[in-house]
Amino acid sequence: MPKPKVAFYWCASCGGCEETVVDLAEDILGVVEVVDIVLWPVAMDFKYKDIEAMPDKSIVATLLNGAIRSTEQEEMAKLLRRKSQFLIAYGACAVSGGIPAMANQFPREQILKFNYEECPTIVNESKTRPQVSFTEEGRETTLPALHNVVRTLDQVVDVDYYVPGCPPTPKLTKAAITALLEGKLPPKGSVIAPDIALCDECPRKETKPANLSIEEFRRPHQFLMDPEKCFLAQGVVCMGPATRSGCEAACTKGGMPCTGCFGGTSRVHDQGMKIMSSIAANIVPKDEAGISKVLAGIPDPIGTFYRYGLAKSTLRRKVNLPKEA
Amino acid sequence: MSDTNVQSASWEPRIVAFFCNWCTYTAADLAGVSRMKYAPNTRVIRLMCSGRVDPQFVVDALSKGADGVLIGGCHPGDCHYVEGNYKMLRRFDILKRMLTDMGIEPERVRLEWISAAEGEKVKRVVNEMVETVQKLGPLGLPQKFNDWDSEMEHFAQHVAAKEAATGCGCAVHGKKETVNA
Repeated sequence: MPKPKVAFYWCASCGGCEETVVDLAEDILGVVEVVDIVLWPVAMDFKYKDIEAMPDKSIVATLLNGAIRSTEQEEMAKLLRRKSQFLIAYGACAVSGGIPAMANQFPREQILKFNYEECPTIVNESKTRPQVSFTEEGRETTLPALHNVVRTLDQVVDVDYYVPGCPPTPKLTKAAITALLEGKLPPKGSVIAPDIALCDECPRKETKPANLSIEEFRRPHQFLMDPEKCFLAQGVVCMGPATRSGCEAACTKGGMPCTGCFGGTSRVHDQGMKIMSSIAANIVPKDEAGISKVLAGIPDPIGTFYRYGLAKSTLRRKVNLPKEA
Repeated sequence: MSDTNVQSASWEPRIVAFFCNWCTYTAADLAGVSRMKYAPNTRVIRLMCSGRVDPQFVVDALSKGADGVLIGGCHPGDCHYVEGNYKMLRRFDILKRMLTDMGIEPERVRLEWISAAEGEKVKRVVNEMVETVQKLGPLGLPQKFNDWDSEMEHFAQHVAAKEAATGCGCAVHGKKETVNA
């Protein structure tokens, strides 16, 4: 019997998700033994045309990480969707936009101008920018175009399962792959992680007071934090209450607050708004001036509360950006 | 009203109003039984408390075509649940900052304390809000979302071009069973 075919692909991502696949360590050998990897650009050499040549639905599962930001990524997402029985959004970027989705606060022109002209480490006197197509000696070379909007995978194609995290843990990855191979599949659209807030598995849970009463917001570099006490009780913004568990509290165990990479639970529709609601309601002042003063301690609420989820947020993108061709 | 008429000359602001059961909704009732006339542009949703207004509701309303959101609660100190309106007041400060950061004019959202006796204030606030939003013009987010996604036609074009060139969307479809690099 031929081994089931599996593909790994990356789009707008940092490579950290690929690292998690490698972090399966010896378990990866077990995976390799039972599956046939047909595409994994970060680790093995395959050609896109080989994928194009495969019959539709001939790949059992594709684990795709990264947000969709260019025409090439869009094309590959759609191609892999056609060729795969199951398409899995793997990692925060594919699930909810991740860090790349922060670009949804800026017009494309500003991003290109900064990166190719204004960035202090760039020397580009001719202000050359990558062109979508270029002809030299009668031969045309092409490059993908950058989309105006950064998208999640499910804003581009139909997605079967979600494995959240920045990056997902090896444990969740193994659980997802095992479920696929054994055919023990949860309902379509499921997130392969527990559907309960991070606080549930946070070792600092016991020190979270019923009433937070935040008098002042402080950031981790500004003071010596109590290593055992709930971050919110110390006035440090922690996304735990609005974030799905499953990471085994990796950050809070390591001395840093949760930044929300697992996205919300099934009851949370807009992670940023939800955590803002929870945190802001729990500050002490009752007068407008006092409230503004305390909340000024969160200098960048969009970047803080939507760190991994701007593309998937209700508004998706800054709504008044100029229209570009 | 359809979502397609946002740019048309007949555009009228659509405002979603979240009123608390104990004060502002009762005030709106009072305005009604007192036969006060005010702009018909609000769609009132009654909640038990302004503290129940989840900021998710506000962005949800805006993203589904509302041009503005009005929130009404009891005066400070008068909340039926003691603290609910303070929770809303705190959220409102940072909600306005976040909406501004996302490119939405903060004037599109408004928080007012209106007691059960202030039917007149409901009338004034609603009229003012409609006027403000009228000046700002349509927000038209559903249309914007569609516009944004019009850039995603690349793959369809690519496949169409390939079909035109080869007579088949997948030139070597099915010829290879396994792939060896």
